[in-house]
Amino acid sequence: MQFWIIQGLNSLSLGGLLFLLSSGFSLIFGLMRLANLTHGAFFMLGTYFAAIALRSYSGLNIWVTALGAGIAVAAIGGLFERLVLTRLKTNPLGQVLVTLGMSFIISDACLMLWGGDSIPVPTPQNLQAPTRLFGFVFPTYRLVLVALAGAAAIVLYLLLERTRLGAMIRAGVDDGQMARAVGIPVSNLFTVVFCLGAGIAGAGGVLGGPILSAYPGLDADMLPLALIVVILGGIGSLLGAFIGSFIIGIIYTFGTALFPELAYIILFLPMIVVLAFRPQGLFGRVGA
Amino acid sequence: MKWVAAAVIAASLLLPPFLAGDFYINLGSQILIAAIFALSLNLLVGFGGMTSLGHASYLGVAAYISALLTSKYGYGHGAAACIAISGTVAMAGLFGLIALRATGLGFLMITLALSQVLWGLAYRMSDVTNGDNGIAGLTRPAPFGISLESAVAFYWFVLIIAVIAFLMMAIFVTSAFGASLKGVRDQPRRMAALGFNPWLIRWITFVYAGFWGAVAGLLYVYYHKYIHPSSLSTTSSAEALLGVIAGGSGTLGGPAVGAALVLLLKNYASAYIERWNMLLGLVFLFIVLVMPSGIVPGLERLTSRWRSP
Repeated sequence: MQFWIIQGLNSLSLGGLLFLLSSGFSLIFGLMRLANLTHGAFFMLGTYFAAIALRSYSGLNIWVTALGAGIAVAAIGGLFERLVLTRLKTNPLGQVLVTLGMSFIISDACLMLWGGDSIPVPTPQNLQAPTRLFGFVFPTYRLVLVALAGAAAIVLYLLLERTRLGAMIRAGVDDGQMARAVGIPVSNLFTVVFCLGAGIAGAGGVLGGPILSAYPGLDADMLPLALIVVILGGIGSLLGAFIGSFIIGIIYTFGTALFPELAYIILFLPMIVVLAFRPQGLFGRVGA
Repeated sequence: MKWVAAAVIAASLLLPPFLAGDFYINLGSQILIAAIFALSLNLLVGFGGMTSLGHASYLGVAAYISALLTSKYGYGHGAAACIAISGTVAMAGLFGLIALRATGLGFLMITLALSQVLWGLAYRMSDVTNGDNGIAGLTRPAPFGISLESAVAFYWFVLIIAVIAFLMMAIFVTSAFGASLKGVRDQPRRMAALGFNPWLIRWITFVYAGFWGAVAGLLYVYYHKYIHPSSLSTTSSAEALLGVIAGGSGTLGGPAVGAALVLLLKNYASAYIERWNMLLGLVFLFIVLVMPSGIVPGLERLTSRWRSP
């Protein structure tokens, strides 16, 4: 029983991390029609940021680091969007290739700066003691992580559904040209959403640090999971990203625990099933 | 003019074994292998309008199957090659069924996800694939009893296969089927209205490209006598895609030139710096921003911009 509960919690915390990664990816895709392949690298930048910052400044706590890394990665993402991606508006394939090139640059820069060994990110001290609930022992940090991902989902939902900015973003997702025609500055929204998505990924990287630790190739490990989540949940749908993240979190965690060699093959299955019966994804709309 | 060009190409392919040293002959073999691989990707990207970021799957899987069968299970090279190619083609058929549920960016994301899963598998299934150590100590085949151990012999072997591959792919795209493929790329709806089946045309092309990807994979593993999960990585797919785009996608020979340039760049750059991935990323940015239609048209545009103002 303990095994199932612990693995269940692990699934949920991986699902939470995946949500932080894939929600931004999905929003960017929905609004900009851009598959941002730099997204895994943004996540990894956050993790390295945490590993280095927490090692160098002992007074720092992980929440401040997550905020700082989120802002820093959002700034990098914003610069990239303004300087490079806007030049390629008419060339969607070019945009994807450029994001791919950028991901190579970032991951190689991380390797150059911080070497090939994995760098652990310490779990915050006040969360190291396990929590006892209903007679079971839970790692406290993972519980907090799940709660944080849930909170992030609620904040994002409110942002998108209840604010003026969110209404403009939704209008841009639904019909970019009409949104422009009624005076919504869609180009500026692109930058805002790209910064937001990059920032969430960066902060997610920090929060995932204590579980995953920073290592070269983290981006290549996380990006396909995010892609599968988005394919599964439906491109451009926040709810889809949320549900998809937890499905993949559960499948991947139990897959690795029960059939370690086949975990990667098991990832195929939900993707194949969904694509066979609902090519637009669980919560995607036709034509989106 | 056309004859001059043909003569220059023929000379540059036929003369190296007589003039150059082993290093350059080996480089030539590698270029030819990369060219076959890029040409097969170009069937998808250039002629089919299907940008795949997972083409390394076919190269890597064929190479792994051949490596495993010959080293661990004692198969001969002929049987191993047949199994490797048919296995890879079957996989391409399956991947095609999955990936062609989507088009455009969705297709790109699915191919990328599938290939990343295979890459992860090659790393993690270390009892089978040896993980990060790769499989070393492989041998080259000896077709008709001719040893391919020397650089020159291997070059001729690769050259013959590359010429066959080029001709077969040229016939493919210039045939009536190739015309319908280009039609599906440009106007899928009209093609469907005319009674063609766009999905089937794409799928057949996908499988055919997978076949030549597998051939390139076999040559790749014969050349290196070693296989590592990195041959399945996104970098490997991206190098081929860069070759296609740099050379000019949708042209017959352009991707071969592009692949040669990428390979030369990789070889010469890695003599001076270790940061190949970073350089690859920068070249991507440069090509896409400065010369998106390929190097030859891009250079023309640059020089005309220089002259005119």
